[in-house]
Amino acid sequence: MAKSLTIDAKDMHYTPLNQQIREALANGAREVTVNGVLGQRFIGSGLQGDATITINGVPGGDLAMFMSGPTIIVHGNADHAPGNTMDSGKVVIHGSAGDAVAHSMRGGTIFVRDNIGYRGGIHMKQYEEKRPILVVGGAARTFLGEYMAGGLLIVLDLNETMDARGIGSGIHGGEIIIRGDVDDASLASGAKKVPLTDEDRARIAPVIREFAGEFGLDPEPLINADYTRIVPASARPFAGKYTWE
Amino acid sequence: MCGIFGVMDRRRQMMDGSGIRQALSMMNERGSGEGAGYVAYGIYPEYQDCYALHVFFDNAHDGRAVVDAMLEAWGTIEHDEAIPTYDQPNLRATCTTPWRYFFVPDPSLAPGSASPERDVITNLVMQINTGVPGAQVVSSGMNVGVFKASGWPEDVANFYRIEDYEGYLWLAHNRYTTNNPGRWEQPDPFNLHDWSVVENGKVTSYGTNRRYIESFGYTCSLETDSELITYVIDLLVRRHGLDIDLAIRAIAPPYWKDIDMMPEAEADLNRALRLAYGSAAMNGPYTVLAANPDMMVGFTDRGKLRPMVVGECGDRLYIASEEAAIRAMEPGVESITMPAAGEPVIGRVAP
Repeated sequence: MAKSLTIDAKDMHYTPLNQQIREALANGAREVTVNGVLGQRFIGSGLQGDATITINGVPGGDLAMFMSGPTIIVHGNADHAPGNTMDSGKVVIHGSAGDAVAHSMRGGTIFVRDNIGYRGGIHMKQYEEKRPILVVGGAARTFLGEYMAGGLLIVLDLNETMDARGIGSGIHGGEIIIRGDVDDASLASGAKKVPLTDEDRARIAPVIREFAGEFGLDPEPLINADYTRIVPASARPFAGKYTWE
Repeated sequence: MCGIFGVMDRRRQMMDGSGIRQALSMMNERGSGEGAGYVAYGIYPEYQDCYALHVFFDNAHDGRAVVDAMLEAWGTIEHDEAIPTYDQPNLRATCTTPWRYFFVPDPSLAPGSASPERDVITNLVMQINTGVPGAQVVSSGMNVGVFKASGWPEDVANFYRIEDYEGYLWLAHNRYTTNNPGRWEQPDPFNLHDWSVVENGKVTSYGTNRRYIESFGYTCSLETDSELITYVIDLLVRRHGLDIDLAIRAIAPPYWKDIDMMPEAEADLNRALRLAYGSAAMNGPYTVLAANPDMMVGFTDRGKLRPMVVGECGDRLYIASEEAAIRAMEPGVESITMPAAGEPVIGRVAP
């Protein structure tokens, strides 16, 4: 079996498409190119291994859901919740994505070149060495990092169009790092701003360098830019709201 | 979860239904196969001065004789006929006959009204839908018609041969049934004379909004959100004279804390709207597409709990639940955007 394979997905339902991708990987393919993608959901769902899947077109929602290992590169926009509960691997989107990007993501990396919709990074989480990363080149919308429980979420806002409110609503773990200043009024209760320390900057530098490398950007100005770091004000933001102690 | 799709040509260039069918089918995953529907403006040029009443008759009742008599009492039936249909084995079984009347209401029967013909039509729709067993008016506007049934989008389109109709503005809906029985009149779109509505979501303030709208003489007989939203838009725009952007702001108002941060004049306007129309404000997750003969509008709930993607290409404006649906009809779409929550997208047809 050849190490690379091309699939024409035009007018194909996602079930046979995913079956073909899975079969290709089982037969040893390491590079799979899928052309003519339009709206197929769940591409790469539950996929395991270390292959690279290149998607030409606009995939549907829940791209790379539960994925563990592979790299998915999208030349187009993605719909809702790419990286939903993703375990490990990498998703690179050369375009924008819809609402709830990285929904409940538990490991791996998602890079979005342009903008994301509402509720980016909703309930991302982390456990021991599992620490998911979402980096957005453009702007994110309101409720960024909603109920966030772990992981790293970076928004570079390269076109300076960000107008998100309610940032970190219900955040109780992880960190949101946004280039530039963030108005206090844009933070949700339960989230607080802290300075980005030199250690923080050193920690995110390799992530930004990798992001810049994917999209042909000069990493140094981004690494040295001013950032706002947003973290939980408490581990139990709604302790007094829903419980009585 | 439902799938919604709308397309408008700003220069009233006609589109047959085949592209709309294809776009809606792209979102089959958003439906459950129990309901779909289409509405198109511009389809009845030969009867453009008549109100086209699309009525579902349940064959078990003799609703047609009653409706005929009511229409003749309130105006003139220029023509009526069965809507042509073509059996589809996969549609949910029914004994419904879709019928259409081309009707001219007598304006002298609504004295004192600023829009007497529409008041006659409104009253007829309320009376038929609540009082005539086995008859449901599903659309009632000029040069417009709703085509819907219980089934997948393709089957519903094939049942009516939707490609045989040409319109300059279309809305379409693929239903994910949650809490209503799958009767043929239940799926969106819903229409009352000028306005048609499709919705993806659930208006959780339905009870409050329904009590409000029923206090103005509307009667909600279908218990669907789109019926309620249609009536609220008709009340606010036609009867209260609000511009559509203010009507949408009344339905999906900014949060109080956002109003407090606005410049004073804007804050005053928004406070006044919220106070005057508190009972028209709709909570819950939703994206709504609404249309009348001159415009198509789309908006989401304030918390943005449902998707809305906007595409533009030449004279065409597209609004849909998913980008893929727009690209299914317009592969070369020039711009794709996702508007902010509560921010209405308003496309107007050239006069």
